[in-house]
Amino acid sequence: MEKKTILECFNIFITFFKIGAFTIGGGYAMLPIIEKEIVQNKKWMEHNEILDTFAIIQSIPGIIAVNASVFIGFKRAGVKGAIFAALGVVIPSFTIILLVSHLLFSFKDNTYIQNAFAGVRAGVTALILVTAIKLAKKALKGFLSILIATTSFTLIVFFNVHPVVTILAGAIIGVIGYFLWYRHTYLKQKNM
Amino acid sequence: MIYLILTYVFFKIGLFSFGGGYAMIPLMQAEMEYFGWMSSTEFADIVSVSQMTPGPIATNTATYVGAKVAGLLGATSATLGVSLPSFVITLIIAPFFDKFKESKIVKWILKGIRPVTIGMIFSAVIFFAQTSILKVQYEKLFDFLTILFEDFSKILQIDIPSIMIFILIFILSLKFKLNPILAVFISALIGIFVF
Repeated sequence: MEKKTILECFNIFITFFKIGAFTIGGGYAMLPIIEKEIVQNKKWMEHNEILDTFAIIQSIPGIIAVNASVFIGFKRAGVKGAIFAALGVVIPSFTIILLVSHLLFSFKDNTYIQNAFAGVRAGVTALILVTAIKLAKKALKGFLSILIATTSFTLIVFFNVHPVVTILAGAIIGVIGYFLWYRHTYLKQKNM
Repeated sequence: MIYLILTYVFFKIGLFSFGGGYAMIPLMQAEMEYFGWMSSTEFADIVSVSQMTPGPIATNTATYVGAKVAGLLGATSATLGVSLPSFVITLIIAPFFDKFKESKIVKWILKGIRPVTIGMIFSAVIFFAQTSILKVQYEKLFDFLTILFEDFSKILQIDIPSIMIFILIFILSLKFKLNPILAVFISALIGIFVF
């Protein structure tokens, strides 16, 4: 590797390491931090460019934070850049969870820890419900989307259907349903 | 051999990850149950820990499970497995950025998948409630047959301290936009005193 590439990859690694180490709360919480770091501090991308990037990486499968880092790393320095970006964003949480898991294994039978976790499980139930309600309000518009959401919920909870099956079914229904809708409106326009 | 299984299972989880960490809870839970790697309570705990530590829920769970099942090498295999689909798919898409952005079929697929992920997040709520608020007598409380043929009052009991914490955090975060990290700390503190 050229010296310039090595430096660039190191730079990418450090940038995403920092993002990975200091953002709490999962992928969605990371996006604003990535935006600030990449657009304002590093000036690697324009504001519009990063918004486009976020839209794309949320529309492909995978972990949001890893998708974002791989994409930006690739734009910056090709496949090598992508590798270093991904390593940077994953290594902090990997290390921290290894330490935490060690602690959890050894304090598993402590009553205080157990009670604290019992409380946290109830609290997190509420946190997830709040997220679910907010997303549903924002994204569930129209009959078909409400029907798909309710059906997938019912199948998973009451009929123990594997979530992968419901995702694939959703994709197929989406393509067929919205294609028919598109053809319908297209033909109507043509006849007018 | 166990390393290959870990990589494979978490590769599958990574491959079907849509809509962020919460949406992935039912999928990960299904796999954990199938392989018997974690109890549902333990899995709920590691998701809770992910609220307070940096990093995505999916990689955190992968690291934890890997470490539990097969030590450091296990943690590495699982984390690698869960990140690999992200890596490969993003690299494949990146050169076709603009075409992908405009594609109608991609838009339709997403319009079909997004509601499914919302349904999955609501299922995650039920799963979490089963580890805290609802004291469940049967393994499959929400099984269709159980609901039809069993006496519901016998199998479903509500845990009073848990439901108090649940209502408190629900109101605080919905109405007053309480920070999730603070929410976790408050729940832990109340938990120590009321249970």
